Amino acid sequence: MFIRPTAALAAFLLAGAAPYARAAEKPTDPQIAHIAYTAGTIDIEAAKLAIKKSRTKEVVDFAKDMERDHEAVNKQALDLVKKLKVTPEDNATSQALAKAAKEERAKLAKLKGAAFDKAYIENEVAYHKQVDSALETLLIPSASNTELKSLLETGLKIFQGHEQHAEHVAGALK
Amino acid sequence: MRASLLPLLAALTLALVASPALAATIELTIDKLVFSPASVEAKVGDTIEWTNKDVIAHTATVKGGWEVTIPPKSKGRITLKQAGAVDYFCRFHPNMKGHLEVSP
Ligand SMILES: [Cu+2]
Repeated sequence: MFIRPTAALAAFLLAGAAPYARAAEKPTDPQIAHIAYTAGTIDIEAAKLAIKKSRTKEVVDFAKDMERDHEAVNKQALDLVKKLKVTPEDNATSQALAKAAKEERAKLAKLKGAAFDKAYIENEVAYHKQVDSALETLLIPSASNTELKSLLETGLKIFQGHEQHAEHVAGALK
Repeated sequence: MRASLLPLLAALTLALVASPALAATIELTIDKLVFSPASVEAKVGDTIEWTNKDVIAHTATVKGGWEVTIPPKSKGRITLKQAGAVDYFCRFHPNMKGHLEVSP
């Protein structure tokens, strides 16, 4: 699930994390802010779909947790960029993520019942894993503003928590 | 049925008499998904109070036991009723872990 955003992030990661990567391949702070915000929005949209479609309490509760946390983090990101007078800058990675997520949501929208629950939760595990790995190896090391870096570091801990939470829910569904 | 009420009443009376004199409030903070201090010692009757400095909600959850919800920029508390050592975690972010040593 979410194969496309995963591939997009992986490609982005490889390009940026190569040992002799040119400076131009490292995302700038305005781009990092945009990517982080976009990644959050994608999870909020997926959560909204799950809240609407799922009839399983554990899944709906989890989706509500995702919606609440990612909205809080995204609000904090917006407050920070405003304070720093940074304008988030759209970029190829954000666009690839958004496009792939839209396709994935369309796929999920066609599923029902247990098949939807399973696909959504497996998605959540995989998606958070990918975002965490991108944060850890590329976005955090590339961030130059210390406040942005610190927000991303807290974000990483939150999303690592989500990954474990999603794994628990996935285990409970079996 | 009547016989089983007695020990309950006795325990209740004992708790009422014993706790006000000794009870303390132990303050913990949550900052950037870390319970601090991570491990505390307390007594039955003490209150544990978590202050959440994060912008997201957390819980202090004991598997198969109690759960306290700690809203963002807010506090959550529990009065300890049972002696023993317990591990707790945040149900929303299971990577957050804490430990309580509760003596009688
Ligand atoms: Cu938490």
